[in-house]
Amino acid sequence: MNLHDVGTVFWRDWTVLDRRMTKFVLSRMISPILYLVAFGWGLGRGMRMDGGSYLDFIVPGIMALNAMNISFSAVGSPLNMSRLYHKTLEEYLIAPIGAVSFVAGKILAGALRGLISSAVIFVLAYLFGANYTINLWYILTLALTCFLFAAMGFVVAMLIDSHEDMANFSTYVLLPMSFLCATFFSLESMPAMVKVIIEILPLTHATYALRLIGSGGGVPWLSMGVLAMYAAALVGVGVWSMSRVRE
Amino acid sequence: MIRIDGLVKKFGERVVVDNLDLHIDKGETFGLLGPNGAGKTTTIRILTMLTRATAGRVTIDGRPLPDDELAVKALIGVVPQHLNLDIDLTARENLDLHGRLHHMPAAERARRIDELLEYVELSDRRNDMVHTFSGGMKRRLMIARALLHRPQVLFLDEPTVGLDPQVRRRLWDLIRQLNGEGLTVLLTTHYIEEAESLCGRVAIMDKGRLIALDSPAALCEGLGSHVVEWSENGSTQYRFFTARPEAADFAGQLAVNAILRKSNLEDVFIELTGRKVGD
Repeated sequence: MNLHDVGTVFWRDWTVLDRRMTKFVLSRMISPILYLVAFGWGLGRGMRMDGGSYLDFIVPGIMALNAMNISFSAVGSPLNMSRLYHKTLEEYLIAPIGAVSFVAGKILAGALRGLISSAVIFVLAYLFGANYTINLWYILTLALTCFLFAAMGFVVAMLIDSHEDMANFSTYVLLPMSFLCATFFSLESMPAMVKVIIEILPLTHATYALRLIGSGGGVPWLSMGVLAMYAAALVGVGVWSMSRVRE
Repeated sequence: MIRIDGLVKKFGERVVVDNLDLHIDKGETFGLLGPNGAGKTTTIRILTMLTRATAGRVTIDGRPLPDDELAVKALIGVVPQHLNLDIDLTARENLDLHGRLHHMPAAERARRIDELLEYVELSDRRNDMVHTFSGGMKRRLMIARALLHRPQVLFLDEPTVGLDPQVRRRLWDLIRQLNGEGLTVLLTTHYIEEAESLCGRVAIMDKGRLIALDSPAALCEGLGSHVVEWSENGSTQYRFFTARPEAADFAGQLAVNAILRKSNLEDVFIELTGRKVGD
Protein backbone atom coordinates (compact mmCIF):
# COMPACT_ATOMS: atom_id res chain seq x y z
CA MET A 1 0.00 0.00 0.00
CA ASN A 2 1.23 3.45 -0.91
CA LEU A 3 -0.24 6.31 1.10
CA HIS A 4 0.19 8.75 -1.78
CA ASP A 5 -1.92 6.49 -4.01
CA VAL A 6 -4.54 6.00 -1.32
CA GLY A 7 -4.64 9.79 -1.13
CA THR A 8 -5.10 10.10 -4.90
CA VAL A 9 -8.04 7.70 -4.98
CA PHE A 10 -9.54 9.47 -1.98
CA TRP A 11 -8.91 12.90 -3.53
CA ARG A 12 -11.01 12.03 -6.57
CA ASP A 13 -14.00 11.01 -4.46
CA TRP A 14 -13.57 14.00 -2.17
CA THR A 15 -13.48 16.38 -5.16
CA VAL A 16 -16.77 14.95 -6.39
CA LEU A 17 -18.38 15.06 -2.92
CA ASP A 18 -17.11 18.55 -2.15
CA ARG A 19 -18.88 19.89 -5.25
CA ARG A 20 -22.20 18.40 -4.15
CA MET A 21 -21.83 18.76 -0.38
CA THR A 22 -24.97 20.84 0.22
CA LYS A 23 -27.14 18.51 -1.85
CA PHE A 24 -25.57 15.52 -0.14
CA VAL A 25 -26.22 16.79 3.37
CA LEU A 26 -29.80 17.85 2.59
CA SER A 27 -30.70 14.53 0.98
CA ARG A 28 -29.19 12.69 3.96
CA MET A 29 -31.71 14.35 6.28
CA ILE A 30 -34.81 12.81 4.75
CA SER A 31 -34.82 9.18 5.84
CA PRO A 32 -33.56 9.83 9.42
CA ILE A 33 -36.30 12.44 9.87
CA LEU A 34 -38.87 9.91 8.66
CA TYR A 35 -37.60 7.29 11.10
CA LEU A 36 -37.49 9.77 13.97
CA VAL A 37 -40.99 11.04 13.28
CA ALA A 38 -42.61 7.66 12.55
CA PHE A 39 -40.92 5.55 15.21
CA GLY A 40 -39.75 8.16 17.70
CA TRP A 41 -42.74 10.47 17.87
CA GLY A 42 -45.50 8.39 16.32
CA LEU A 43 -45.12 4.77 17.33
CA GLY A 44 -42.94 5.22 20.37
CA ARG A 45 -44.65 8.08 22.20
CA GLY A 46 -44.94 7.10 25.85
CA MET A 47 -43.14 3.80 25.26
CA ARG A 48 -40.23 2.88 27.57
CA MET A 49 -37.30 0.70 26.50
CA ASP A 50 -34.38 -0.32 28.74
CA GLY A 51 -35.29 2.40 31.21
CA GLY A 52 -35.22 5.23 28.65
CA SER A 53 -37.59 6.60 26.02
CA TYR A 54 -38.16 4.66 22.80
CA LEU A 55 -36.59 7.56 20.94
CA ASP A 56 -33.37 7.13 22.94
CA PHE A 57 -33.52 3.42 22.15
CA ILE A 58 -33.78 3.77 18.38
CA VAL A 59 -31.23 6.56 17.84
CA PRO A 60 -28.29 4.07 17.87
CA GLY A 61 -30.28 1.80 15.55
CA ILE A 62 -30.93 4.63 13.10
CA MET A 63 -27.26 5.61 13.36
CA ALA A 64 -26.14 2.09 12.51
CA LEU A 65 -28.52 1.46 9.64
CA ASN A 66 -27.81 4.86 8.17
CA ALA A 67 -24.04 4.25 8.40
CA MET A 68 -24.61 0.95 6.64
CA ASN A 69 -26.80 2.24 3.83
CA ILE A 70 -24.83 5.40 3.07
CA SER A 71 -21.36 3.85 3.21
CA PHE A 72 -22.48 0.89 1.12
CA SER A 73 -24.11 2.94 -1.60
CA ALA A 74 -21.35 5.57 -1.60
CA VAL A 75 -18.95 2.91 -2.89
CA GLY A 76 -21.19 0.22 -4.36
CA SER A 77 -23.23 1.91 -7.01
CA PRO A 78 -20.58 4.32 -8.42
CA LEU A 79 -17.90 1.63 -8.51
CA ASN A 80 -20.22 -0.83 -10.22
CA MET A 81 -21.10 1.82 -12.83
CA SER A 82 -17.45 2.73 -13.20
CA ARG A 83 -16.48 -0.88 -13.83
CA LEU A 84 -19.35 -1.95 -16.10
CA TYR A 85 -20.65 1.18 -17.76
CA HIS A 86 -18.36 4.21 -17.67
CA LYS A 87 -15.20 2.04 -17.71
CA THR A 88 -13.42 4.65 -15.62
CA LEU A 89 -12.08 1.84 -13.45
CA GLU A 90 -9.64 1.15 -16.31
CA GLU A 91 -7.94 4.47 -15.68
CA TYR A 92 -6.90 3.12 -12.27
CA LEU A 93 -6.06 -0.34 -13.60
CA ILE A 94 -3.74 1.18 -16.22
CA ALA A 95 -2.04 3.45 -13.67
CA PRO A 96 1.04 2.35 -11.73
CA ILE A 97 -0.76 1.95 -8.40
CA GLY A 98 -1.30 -1.18 -6.36
CA ALA A 99 -4.63 -2.91 -5.76
CA VAL A 100 -4.49 -2.37 -1.98
CA SER A 101 -4.12 1.41 -2.41
CA PHE A 102 -7.16 1.56 -4.66
CA VAL A 103 -9.27 -0.56 -2.31
CA ALA A 104 -8.20 1.50 0.71
CA GLY A 105 -8.81 4.86 -0.99
CA LYS A 106 -12.29 3.89 -2.20
CA ILE A 107 -13.36 2.42 1.15
CA LEU A 108 -12.08 5.40 3.14
CA ALA A 109 -13.89 7.82 0.84
CA GLY A 110 -17.11 5.80 1.23
CA ALA A 111 -16.69 5.67 5.01
CA LEU A 112 -16.25 9.44 5.08
CA ARG A 113 -19.64 9.88 3.40
CA GLY A 114 -21.11 7.55 6.01
CA LEU A 115 -19.57 9.60 8.81
CA ILE A 116 -20.78 12.92 7.40
CA SER A 117 -24.32 11.55 7.18
CA SER A 118 -23.94 10.28 10.78
CA ALA A 119 -23.08 13.80 11.89
CA VAL A 120 -26.33 14.95 10.27
CA ILE A 121 -28.24 12.43 12.40
CA PHE A 122 -26.46 13.52 15.59
CA VAL A 123 -27.83 16.97 15.05
CA LEU A 124 -31.32 15.78 14.07
CA ALA A 125 -31.60 13.37 17.01
CA TYR A 126 -30.57 16.16 19.36
CA LEU A 127 -33.23 18.45 17.88
CA PHE A 128 -35.82 15.68 18.34
CA GLY A 129 -34.88 15.59 22.00
CA ALA A 130 -33.02 12.27 22.25
CA ASN A 131 -30.52 11.68 25.06
CA TYR A 132 -27.24 10.00 24.18
CA THR A 133 -23.58 10.06 25.14
CA ILE A 134 -20.94 10.53 22.50
CA ASN A 135 -17.35 9.71 23.26
CA LEU A 136 -14.30 8.54 21.37
CA TRP A 137 -15.49 4.91 21.45
CA TYR A 138 -18.81 5.89 19.93
CA ILE A 139 -17.10 7.64 17.04
CA LEU A 140 -14.66 4.75 16.63
CA THR A 141 -17.48 2.20 16.46
CA LEU A 142 -19.35 4.35 13.97
CA ALA A 143 -16.21 4.74 11.84
CA LEU A 144 -15.64 0.98 11.92
CA THR A 145 -19.25 0.37 10.87
CA CYS A 146 -18.92 2.84 7.98
CA PHE A 147 -15.62 1.23 6.94
CA LEU A 148 -17.14 -2.26 7.06
CA PHE A 149 -20.11 -1.42 4.87
CA ALA A 150 -18.06 0.67 2.45
CA ALA A 151 -15.88 -2.44 2.07
CA MET A 152 -19.00 -4.53 1.50
CA GLY A 153 -20.06 -2.04 -1.19
CA PHE A 154 -16.66 -2.42 -2.81
CA VAL A 155 -16.80 -6.21 -2.86
CA VAL A 156 -20.36 -6.36 -4.15
CA ALA A 157 -19.64 -3.77 -6.87
CA MET A 158 -16.66 -5.80 -8.07
CA LEU A 159 -18.39 -9.18 -8.02
CA ILE A 160 -21.86 -8.39 -9.33
CA ASP A 161 -22.01 -7.96 -13.09
CA SER A 162 -25.22 -6.03 -13.51
CA HIS A 163 -26.55 -2.81 -12.14
CA GLU A 164 -29.95 -4.35 -11.55
CA ASP A 165 -28.49 -7.08 -9.36
CA MET A 166 -26.79 -4.38 -7.28
CA ALA A 167 -30.27 -3.12 -6.41
CA ASN A 168 -31.34 -6.70 -5.69
CA PHE A 169 -28.46 -7.10 -3.25
CA SER A 170 -29.75 -4.08 -1.34
CA THR A 171 -33.25 -5.53 -1.30
CA TYR A 172 -32.23 -9.00 -0.17
CA VAL A 173 -29.42 -8.15 2.22
CA LEU A 174 -29.37 -4.54 3.35
CA LEU A 175 -33.09 -3.93 3.70
CA PRO A 176 -33.73 -6.96 5.96
CA MET A 177 -30.70 -6.02 8.06
CA SER A 178 -32.03 -2.46 8.39
CA PHE A 179 -35.12 -3.72 10.19
CA LEU A 180 -34.00 -6.93 11.87
CA CYS A 181 -30.66 -6.10 13.45
CA ALA A 182 -31.97 -4.83 16.79
CA THR A 183 -32.38 -1.40 15.23
CA PHE A 184 -36.01 -0.78 16.27
CA PHE A 185 -36.65 -3.48 18.88
CA SER A 186 -34.84 -5.57 21.44
CA LEU A 187 -33.84 -9.09 20.40
CA GLU A 188 -34.92 -10.46 23.78
CA SER A 189 -38.42 -11.13 22.48
CA MET A 190 -37.17 -13.10 19.42
CA PRO A 191 -37.30 -16.92 19.23
CA ALA A 192 -33.87 -18.36 20.10
CA MET A 193 -33.10 -19.64 16.57
CA VAL A 194 -33.95 -16.32 14.96
CA LYS A 195 -31.90 -14.50 17.57
CA VAL A 196 -28.83 -16.62 16.77
CA ILE A 197 -29.10 -15.84 13.06
CA ILE A 198 -29.61 -12.14 13.67
CA GLU A 199 -26.65 -12.03 16.03
CA ILE A 200 -24.35 -13.28 13.30
CA LEU A 201 -25.14 -10.24 11.15
CA PRO A 202 -22.71 -7.32 11.34
CA LEU A 203 -25.33 -4.59 11.70
CA THR A 204 -26.59 -6.19 14.93
CA HIS A 205 -23.18 -5.68 16.47
CA ALA A 206 -22.99 -2.12 15.25
CA THR A 207 -26.35 -1.42 16.91
CA TYR A 208 -25.38 -3.26 20.12
CA ALA A 209 -22.09 -1.41 20.38
CA LEU A 210 -23.55 2.04 19.68
CA ARG A 211 -26.45 1.44 22.08
CA LEU A 212 -24.17 0.32 24.90
CA ILE A 213 -21.69 3.20 24.50
CA GLY A 214 -24.44 5.75 23.87
CA SER A 215 -26.14 4.87 27.16
CA GLY A 216 -22.83 5.20 29.00
CA GLY A 217 -22.36 1.45 29.43
CA GLY A 218 -18.66 0.86 28.71
CA VAL A 219 -16.80 -0.62 25.76
CA PRO A 220 -18.43 -3.55 23.90
CA TRP A 221 -15.28 -5.46 22.99
CA LEU A 222 -17.04 -8.50 21.54
CA SER A 223 -19.18 -6.51 19.12
CA MET A 224 -16.25 -4.34 18.07
CA GLY A 225 -14.19 -7.48 17.49
CA VAL A 226 -16.92 -8.94 15.28
CA LEU A 227 -17.14 -5.70 13.28
CA ALA A 228 -13.35 -5.63 12.86
CA MET A 229 -13.31 -9.23 11.64
CA TYR A 230 -16.04 -8.58 9.09
CA ALA A 231 -14.20 -5.48 7.90
CA ALA A 232 -10.87 -7.32 7.55
CA ALA A 233 -12.48 -10.20 5.64
CA LEU A 234 -14.27 -7.83 3.24
CA VAL A 235 -11.09 -5.84 2.57
CA GLY A 236 -9.35 -9.13 1.80
CA VAL A 237 -12.02 -10.13 -0.70
CA GLY A 238 -11.90 -6.61 -2.15
CA VAL A 239 -8.17 -6.87 -2.86
CA TRP A 240 -8.66 -10.31 -4.38
CA SER A 241 -11.46 -8.96 -6.61
CA MET A 242 -9.00 -6.45 -8.09
CA SER A 243 -6.89 -9.25 -9.54
CA ARG A 244 -9.97 -11.13 -10.74
CA VAL A 245 -11.10 -8.15 -12.82
CA ARG A 246 -8.15 -8.70 -15.20
CA GLU A 247 -9.15 -12.15 -16.42
CA MET B 1 10.01 -1.54 -28.45
CA ILE B 2 7.12 -4.01 -28.32
CA ARG B 3 7.84 -7.71 -28.75
CA ILE B 4 4.99 -10.20 -28.79
CA ASP B 5 5.89 -13.89 -29.13
CA GLY B 6 3.43 -16.76 -29.27
CA LEU B 7 0.64 -14.77 -27.67
CA VAL B 8 -2.54 -16.76 -26.97
CA LYS B 9 -5.70 -15.56 -25.28
CA LYS B 10 -8.65 -17.82 -24.65
CA PHE B 11 -11.94 -16.97 -23.02
CA GLY B 12 -13.03 -20.42 -21.92
CA GLU B 13 -12.78 -22.55 -25.06
CA ARG B 14 -13.00 -19.59 -27.42
CA VAL B 15 -9.59 -18.62 -28.85
CA VAL B 16 -9.48 -14.84 -29.36
CA VAL B 17 -5.77 -14.38 -30.05
CA ASP B 18 -4.11 -17.36 -31.68
CA ASN B 19 -0.34 -17.59 -31.46
CA LEU B 20 0.44 -14.00 -32.41
CA ASP B 21 4.02 -12.85 -33.09
CA LEU B 22 4.65 -9.16 -33.60
CA HIS B 23 7.72 -6.97 -33.20
CA ILE B 24 7.29 -3.21 -33.28
CA ASP B 25 10.32 -0.92 -33.40
CA LYS B 26 10.90 2.25 -31.48
CA GLY B 27 9.46 5.28 -33.25
CA GLU B 28 7.10 3.33 -35.51
CA THR B 29 3.47 4.14 -36.11
CA PHE B 30 2.04 0.67 -36.39
CA GLY B 31 -1.52 -0.21 -37.36
CA LEU B 32 -3.46 -3.24 -36.25
CA LEU B 33 -6.29 -3.96 -38.68
CA GLY B 34 -8.94 -6.59 -38.87
CA PRO B 35 -12.66 -7.16 -38.98
CA ASN B 36 -14.77 -6.98 -35.83
CA GLY B 37 -13.83 -9.77 -33.47
CA ALA B 38 -10.38 -10.27 -35.00
CA GLY B 39 -8.65 -9.88 -31.65
CA LYS B 40 -7.26 -6.34 -32.01
CA THR B 41 -8.76 -4.91 -28.86
CA THR B 42 -7.92 -8.01 -26.85
CA THR B 43 -4.30 -7.71 -28.02
CA ILE B 44 -4.20 -4.08 -26.88
CA ARG B 45 -5.83 -5.02 -23.58
CA ILE B 46 -3.11 -7.59 -22.98
CA LEU B 47 -0.39 -5.07 -23.87
CA THR B 48 -1.91 -2.55 -21.46
CA MET B 49 -2.35 -5.20 -18.76
CA LEU B 50 -6.12 -4.92 -18.57
CA THR B 51 -6.33 -8.61 -19.45
CA ARG B 52 -3.92 -11.45 -18.79
CA ALA B 53 -2.57 -13.55 -21.65
CA THR B 54 -3.28 -17.28 -21.60
CA ALA B 55 0.18 -18.04 -23.03
CA GLY B 56 3.08 -16.31 -24.75
CA ARG B 57 5.64 -13.68 -23.96
CA VAL B 58 5.27 -9.91 -24.23
CA THR B 59 7.94 -7.32 -23.52
CA ILE B 60 7.76 -3.54 -23.79
CA ASP B 61 11.11 -1.76 -23.90
CA GLY B 62 12.71 -5.04 -22.82
CA ARG B 63 10.54 -5.37 -19.72
CA PRO B 64 8.43 -8.50 -19.48
CA LEU B 65 4.66 -8.30 -18.87
CA PRO B 66 3.04 -8.58 -16.47
CA ASP B 67 6.02 -9.19 -14.11
CA ASP B 68 7.40 -5.70 -14.57
CA GLU B 69 3.94 -4.21 -14.42
CA LEU B 70 4.58 -0.95 -12.59
CA ALA B 71 7.60 -0.01 -14.73
CA VAL B 72 5.74 -0.73 -17.97
CA LYS B 73 2.69 1.22 -16.83
CA ALA B 74 4.87 4.30 -16.47
CA LEU B 75 6.09 3.82 -20.07
CA ILE B 76 2.75 3.47 -21.81
CA GLY B 77 -0.11 5.83 -22.56
CA VAL B 78 -3.50 4.38 -23.43
CA VAL B 79 -6.48 5.81 -25.30
CA PRO B 80 -9.20 3.17 -25.06
CA GLN B 81 -11.98 2.67 -27.57
CA HIS B 82 -14.80 3.75 -25.28
CA LEU B 83 -14.95 7.26 -23.86
CA ASN B 84 -13.92 6.60 -20.29
CA LEU B 85 -13.34 10.07 -18.89
CA ASP B 86 -14.61 10.69 -15.38
CA ILE B 87 -17.85 12.58 -16.03
CA ASP B 88 -18.07 13.76 -12.42
CA LEU B 89 -14.87 15.78 -12.87
CA THR B 90 -13.85 18.76 -14.98
CA ALA B 91 -11.40 18.46 -17.86
CA ARG B 92 -8.61 19.76 -15.68
CA GLU B 93 -9.47 17.47 -12.79
CA ASN B 94 -9.45 14.47 -15.13
CA LEU B 95 -5.88 15.30 -16.10
CA ASP B 96 -4.99 16.09 -12.51
CA LEU B 97 -6.22 12.66 -11.42
CA HIS B 98 -4.10 11.01 -14.10
CA GLY B 99 -1.01 13.00 -13.09
CA ARG B 100 -1.49 12.07 -9.45
CA LEU B 101 -1.96 8.41 -10.35
CA HIS B 102 1.37 8.62 -12.20
CA HIS B 103 3.10 10.26 -9.25
CA MET B 104 3.90 13.53 -10.98
CA PRO B 105 4.95 16.27 -8.55
CA ALA B 106 2.38 19.07 -8.18
CA ALA B 107 4.32 21.81 -9.98
CA GLU B 108 5.23 19.64 -12.95
CA ARG B 109 1.68 18.30 -13.07
CA ALA B 110 0.19 21.78 -13.26
CA ARG B 111 2.66 22.85 -15.97
CA ARG B 112 2.12 19.73 -18.04
CA ILE B 113 -1.68 19.96 -17.77
CA ASP B 114 -1.63 23.54 -19.09
CA GLU B 115 0.72 22.54 -21.88
CA LEU B 116 -1.42 19.59 -23.00
CA LEU B 117 -4.74 21.41 -22.75
CA GLU B 118 -3.15 24.00 -25.05
CA TYR B 119 -1.89 21.24 -27.33
CA VAL B 120 -5.31 19.64 -27.79
CA GLU B 121 -6.96 23.10 -27.91
CA LEU B 122 -9.14 22.70 -24.85
CA SER B 123 -7.65 25.44 -22.65
CA ASP B 124 -10.81 27.53 -22.67
CA ARG B 125 -12.90 24.57 -21.50
CA ARG B 126 -10.51 23.48 -18.75
CA ASN B 127 -12.92 24.04 -15.86
CA ASP B 128 -16.02 22.67 -17.58
CA MET B 129 -17.50 19.34 -16.58
CA VAL B 130 -16.58 16.63 -19.05
CA HIS B 131 -20.17 15.53 -19.62
CA THR B 132 -20.77 18.82 -21.46
CA PHE B 133 -18.07 17.96 -24.05
CA SER B 134 -18.70 16.73 -27.60
CA GLY B 135 -17.32 13.38 -28.74
CA GLY B 136 -14.34 14.98 -30.47
CA MET B 137 -13.45 17.06 -27.42
CA LYS B 138 -13.65 14.01 -25.19
CA ARG B 139 -11.40 12.09 -27.54
CA ARG B 140 -8.85 14.93 -27.59
CA LEU B 141 -8.93 15.14 -23.81
CA MET B 142 -8.34 11.39 -23.62
CA ILE B 143 -5.28 11.78 -25.82
CA ALA B 144 -4.02 14.61 -23.60
CA ARG B 145 -4.59 12.37 -20.59
CA ALA B 146 -2.68 9.49 -22.16
CA LEU B 147 0.28 11.80 -22.93
CA LEU B 148 0.40 13.58 -19.58
CA HIS B 149 3.05 11.40 -17.93
CA ARG B 150 5.30 11.51 -21.04
CA PRO B 151 4.89 7.88 -22.15
CA GLN B 152 7.17 6.33 -24.76
CA VAL B 153 4.52 4.12 -26.29
CA LEU B 154 1.00 5.27 -27.12
CA PHE B 155 -1.83 2.77 -27.61
CA LEU B 156 -4.81 4.08 -29.53
CA ASP B 157 -7.78 1.75 -29.85
CA GLU B 158 -10.05 3.01 -32.64
CA PRO B 159 -9.10 6.62 -31.93
CA THR B 160 -11.38 8.28 -34.48
CA VAL B 161 -14.49 6.15 -34.36
CA GLY B 162 -17.67 8.23 -34.52
CA LEU B 163 -15.92 11.54 -35.20
CA ASP B 164 -16.53 14.20 -37.86
CA PRO B 165 -14.10 14.09 -40.80
CA GLN B 166 -12.64 17.45 -39.71
CA VAL B 167 -11.92 16.19 -36.21
CA ARG B 168 -10.46 12.99 -37.59
CA ARG B 169 -8.03 14.90 -39.76
CA ARG B 170 -6.98 16.99 -36.78
CA LEU B 171 -6.38 13.89 -34.73
CA TRP B 172 -4.34 12.39 -37.55
CA ASP B 173 -2.15 15.51 -37.59
CA LEU B 174 -1.76 15.21 -33.85
CA ILE B 175 -0.73 11.55 -34.09
CA ARG B 176 1.78 12.34 -36.86
CA GLN B 177 3.22 15.15 -34.80
CA LEU B 178 3.60 12.88 -31.77
CA ASN B 179 5.27 10.22 -33.85
CA GLY B 180 7.59 12.89 -35.26
CA GLU B 181 8.63 13.62 -31.69
CA GLY B 182 9.80 10.02 -31.30
CA LEU B 183 6.75 8.39 -29.74
CA THR B 184 6.03 4.80 -30.72
CA VAL B 185 2.36 4.52 -31.69
CA LEU B 186 0.27 1.36 -31.92
CA LEU B 187 -3.23 1.95 -33.20
CA THR B 188 -6.13 -0.26 -34.12
CA THR B 189 -8.67 0.90 -36.62
CA HIS B 190 -11.12 -0.36 -39.09
CA TYR B 191 -10.97 2.81 -41.12
CA ILE B 192 -8.56 1.52 -43.72
CA GLU B 193 -7.62 4.97 -45.04
CA GLU B 194 -6.63 5.89 -41.51
CA ALA B 195 -4.06 3.11 -41.40
CA GLU B 196 -2.92 3.93 -44.94
CA SER B 197 -2.39 7.56 -44.09
CA LEU B 198 -0.75 7.16 -40.68
CA CYS B 199 1.05 3.85 -40.41
CA GLY B 200 4.50 2.86 -41.62
CA ARG B 201 3.56 -0.79 -41.21
CA VAL B 202 0.29 -2.56 -40.67
CA ALA B 203 -0.65 -6.01 -39.43
CA ILE B 204 -3.93 -7.53 -40.52
CA MET B 205 -5.55 -9.89 -38.08
CA ASP B 206 -8.43 -12.25 -38.71
CA LYS B 207 -9.99 -14.68 -36.22
CA GLY B 208 -7.14 -14.06 -33.79
CA ARG B 209 -4.37 -14.78 -36.30
CA LEU B 210 -1.89 -12.54 -38.03
CA ILE B 211 -2.55 -12.93 -41.77
CA ALA B 212 -0.43 -10.11 -43.23
CA LEU B 213 2.31 -7.79 -42.06
CA ASP B 214 4.02 -5.12 -44.15
CA SER B 215 3.91 -1.48 -45.21
CA PRO B 216 0.60 -0.47 -46.84
CA ALA B 217 2.37 0.07 -50.18
CA ALA B 218 4.06 -3.33 -50.13
CA LEU B 219 0.79 -5.05 -49.25
CA CYS B 220 -0.89 -3.37 -52.22
CA GLU B 221 1.92 -4.41 -54.54
CA GLY B 222 1.76 -7.97 -53.32
CA LEU B 223 -1.82 -8.10 -54.47
CA GLY B 224 -1.19 -6.22 -57.71
CA SER B 225 -0.82 -2.48 -57.91
CA HIS B 226 -3.80 -2.05 -60.28
CA VAL B 227 -7.30 -3.29 -60.01
CA VAL B 228 -10.18 -3.61 -62.43
CA GLU B 229 -13.59 -3.38 -60.89
CA TRP B 230 -16.82 -4.28 -62.67
CA SER B 231 -20.34 -5.26 -61.90
CA GLU B 232 -21.69 -8.73 -62.61
CA ASN B 233 -25.10 -10.03 -61.52
CA GLY B 234 -25.44 -7.24 -59.05
CA SER B 235 -22.18 -7.82 -57.21
CA THR B 236 -18.89 -6.09 -57.78
CA GLN B 237 -16.00 -8.19 -59.10
CA TYR B 238 -12.32 -7.34 -58.68
CA ARG B 239 -9.22 -8.49 -60.53
CA PHE B 240 -5.68 -7.42 -59.65
CA PHE B 241 -2.80 -6.79 -62.04
CA THR B 242 0.85 -5.97 -61.50
CA ALA B 243 1.02 -3.53 -64.43
CA ARG B 244 -1.38 -1.02 -65.86
CA PRO B 245 -1.33 -2.17 -69.55
CA GLU B 246 -2.46 -5.70 -68.62
CA ALA B 247 -5.23 -4.27 -66.52
CA ALA B 248 -6.29 -1.98 -69.36
CA ASP B 249 -6.35 -4.90 -71.83
CA PHE B 250 -8.51 -6.93 -69.47
CA ALA B 251 -10.89 -4.05 -68.86
CA GLY B 252 -11.16 -3.53 -72.67
CA GLN B 253 -12.32 -7.11 -73.17
CA LEU B 254 -15.14 -6.85 -70.66
CA ALA B 255 -18.64 -6.47 -72.03
CA VAL B 256 -19.69 -4.12 -69.25
CA ASN B 257 -18.35 -0.82 -67.95
CA ALA B 258 -15.33 -1.27 -65.73
CA ILE B 259 -13.21 0.93 -63.50
CA LEU B 260 -9.43 0.76 -63.63
CA ARG B 261 -7.65 2.20 -60.57
CA LYS B 262 -4.68 1.73 -58.26
CA SER B 263 -5.19 -0.83 -55.56
CA ASN B 264 -5.44 0.34 -51.97
CA LEU B 265 -5.23 -1.13 -48.51
CA GLU B 266 -8.95 -1.70 -48.44
CA ASP B 267 -8.61 -4.09 -51.40
CA VAL B 268 -5.90 -5.96 -49.53
CA PHE B 269 -8.04 -6.07 -46.43
CA ILE B 270 -11.04 -7.46 -48.25
CA GLU B 271 -9.04 -9.96 -50.30
CA LEU B 272 -7.40 -11.30 -47.15
CA THR B 273 -10.29 -11.29 -44.72
CA GLY B 274 -13.01 -12.28 -47.15
CA ARG B 275 -16.01 -10.54 -48.66
CA LYS B 276 -18.49 -11.70 -46.10
CA VAL B 277 -19.24 -9.60 -43.08
CA GLY B 278 -17.76 -11.36 -40.09
CA ASP B 279 -19.87 -12.57 -37.21
